[in-house]
Amino acid sequence: MNNVAAVELVNVTKTFGSVVANRNVNMDVKKGEILAILGENGSGKTTLMNMLSGIYHPDEGQIFIDGKEAQISSPKDAFAYRIGMIHQHFKLVDIFTAAENIVLGIDDGKFDPKGISKKVEEISAKYGFEIDPSKKIYEMAVSEKQTVEIVKVLYRGADILILDEPTAVLTPQETQKLFAVLRQMRADGKAVIIITHKLHEVLSISDRVAILRKGEHIATVNTAETSETELTELMVGQKVALNIERDAPQGCLDRLTVSHVNCVSREGVKLLDDVSFTAKSGEILGIAGIAGSGQRELLEAIAGLQHLDGGEITYVNPKNGEIVNLRDKNPKQIKELGVRLSFVPEDRLGMGLVGNMDITDNMMLRSYRRGKSMFLDRKRPKNLAEEIIKSLQVVTPGAGTPVRRLSGGNVQKVLVGREIASAPSVLMVAYPVRGLDINSSYTIYNLLNTQKRNGVAVIFVGEDLDVLMELCDRIMVIGSGKITGIVDGRSCTKEEIGYLMTKTEKAEEGENA
Amino acid sequence: MFDLISQFIQRAILQGTPLLFGSTGEIITEKSGNLNLGIPGIMYMGGISGVIGGFFYQQSVRIVNPVLAILIPLVCALAGSLLASLIYCFLTITLKANQNVTGLALTTFGVGFGNFFGGSLIKLVDSDVPSIALTKIAKVYKTTLPFAQWLEDSDSLPLQILEWFCKTFLSYGFMVYLAVVVALIAAVLLKKTRMGLHLRAVGENPATADAAGINVTKYKYFATCIGGMIAGLGGLYYVMDYTNGVWSNNGFGDRGWLAIALVIFATWKPNFAILGSYLFGALYILFNYIEGASMEIIPVLKMLPYLVTILVLIFVSMRKKRENQPPASLGLSYFREER
Repeated sequence: MNNVAAVELVNVTKTFGSVVANRNVNMDVKKGEILAILGENGSGKTTLMNMLSGIYHPDEGQIFIDGKEAQISSPKDAFAYRIGMIHQHFKLVDIFTAAENIVLGIDDGKFDPKGISKKVEEISAKYGFEIDPSKKIYEMAVSEKQTVEIVKVLYRGADILILDEPTAVLTPQETQKLFAVLRQMRADGKAVIIITHKLHEVLSISDRVAILRKGEHIATVNTAETSETELTELMVGQKVALNIERDAPQGCLDRLTVSHVNCVSREGVKLLDDVSFTAKSGEILGIAGIAGSGQRELLEAIAGLQHLDGGEITYVNPKNGEIVNLRDKNPKQIKELGVRLSFVPEDRLGMGLVGNMDITDNMMLRSYRRGKSMFLDRKRPKNLAEEIIKSLQVVTPGAGTPVRRLSGGNVQKVLVGREIASAPSVLMVAYPVRGLDINSSYTIYNLLNTQKRNGVAVIFVGEDLDVLMELCDRIMVIGSGKITGIVDGRSCTKEEIGYLMTKTEKAEEGENA
Repeated sequence: MFDLISQFIQRAILQGTPLLFGSTGEIITEKSGNLNLGIPGIMYMGGISGVIGGFFYQQSVRIVNPVLAILIPLVCALAGSLLASLIYCFLTITLKANQNVTGLALTTFGVGFGNFFGGSLIKLVDSDVPSIALTKIAKVYKTTLPFAQWLEDSDSLPLQILEWFCKTFLSYGFMVYLAVVVALIAAVLLKKTRMGLHLRAVGENPATADAAGINVTKYKYFATCIGGMIAGLGGLYYVMDYTNGVWSNNGFGDRGWLAIALVIFATWKPNFAILGSYLFGALYILFNYIEGASMEIIPVLKMLPYLVTILVLIFVSMRKKRENQPPASLGLSYFREER
């Protein structure tokens, strides 16, 4: 084995505005080695790899390829250094064949479909892929598309392969196939970097593991000498005290019961798998999990935006104790049933607010049906808008400013303010402090606490475990659409949650083995 | 009967040729993801630019040189339509303006541009009729292959059939053939070459093309400009050949829009556009051949090409075959992801 590292990163730093995505990262990969990069959401894994593939350019630090300093400023440069990245979201042209996608952008003179197919088949045979060069992308399953992406970088002669969460879209069997291919590549002397947050995969495929946390490189350990516990500890880190106030929940009554909910995507992947839990009035129920584990689908299912393939969602009316079923109702029907449900979605300007409309008009999105007159009542929404601006200290020139011109924190205040103003009995918030500065974050925490004191059942989907553990009364952990555990927010440990977040996959693999 | 069919086909081909130029140009443009609704305006500008060039050439000499008579209007038409296309490119690709708004504005502009200069030229010659005739140049443009005349008045049947064939298919000016050749070249280029593959990738998924190292901006500019120039030839053909060199304001009519409808009809394939254009041409002149077609019925008959397009659109949408759909990012500006 060659001792010169195929890739070496020295003191690499990347910032986006005031947010530090990567700070002084030092890392190396050798030829004939599989390096796993492990880290929570937002720990800077993808940003770091995008610097190798030419999407971003580091602000500081150096990148060495085969011991020589490299300047990678475009994807084309990355190809020249024989670096190939397989993105999480495939970059393929749907109506082209596999072969056409593979040669896209290569300028080597002649255009010879037969020769291309032959070369593709050679590569496939060498590493054990199954691929039909003449098949159209839109006819392919996800795993086939991924194969095309991998062959695409190999066709370009990549010696350094970066795979960004390649197993997220694969079934366990497909994952095993992929791993067999990666082992073939390692044997062939290629350097492979795989980004993942599934611990058992790290242990089964990698030679070494580099752990990132909040943009910093924490450690690189040899896979053979580590354990799941050690990796979890390194990944989640020490608990940080945030001093968010938390009252004891009072007058808890069952408010919303989700039982045995199932939801299957169009591709046949289980998004929600037998999910059952109860949200109680007067408490904050946290939902923790790796991004894309079904949090979004769960909230949308409750809000009436997601079709269910099984299960029930029932709501207890706090006024009269009446129980209503919310399954297969649309948001308007849910409202008409007297259910006071508020939803602060993850995608604020996509699902929550209309960016080009001003604050007043956005208030009206919730109240436009009120009143019998043919004309809209703009007075009350305007008063509400001004009240929110005042009470939440929204920084804006006025209620007539389009929402898209506000900063992220202020957009969120407007959205949360509107949702709270409708006096909900269930409040669902998804990543409400994402992209917000510390002060705005605390404003949001306080708002949630006020709602809890008022007897609202709050469901809080978060990504920062420290926040979840200080804010929530109970924390439910979701992994691959399954509830892996519900723990007490006051007594649980970070490792416990970290373990639950990565648990299901392992159990599944055990069953399959 | 023979003569009637021959005449009908001839007129359909003559009528279809400007549409073929227009839609071949628009197909190339749309394959890059640019929905250029300025095509009618660009064709108009191509036509008037050719007329301006031809007018001054014809005024300055007593006997026209055939080569110059063809080249000067041709180059002027290409330059005029290139200019119009560049306006569109700059607005939609560089400034990322809305393509529909830009295209419609360009059409309005192009028609105004044509009528303004057309009107100026008419004033310049102090003509009694509101048109300019470039008969000498048109004669050069309309020069046909010699076979058509050789075989006239033959006795034997095979020769008569040959004569009919020559009359029906070989008795046109060079631009009719040029339109077919350009369409065929475009078809091969799009389907069989690497350049075509890259162009189609840009129109389908510019982000993917960009990541694969294809210069999206360059492809969009080139495709739109070359497409616009081809469409401009349609305008030139219309004045120099179809109307015998007579320019009259607003004479071009709705042919530009027919060309855009033809793109949909041909499901973005230039080779289909060849037959499609002649079919459209036939439908467009059908009213002349229907006995007793009254004034009220003629506009309805003239609508036929559009009706056929709508039918094709419905049919293609129902079949959901992905290859027959418009380029996936048609009409969308490409913003590179934030860096």
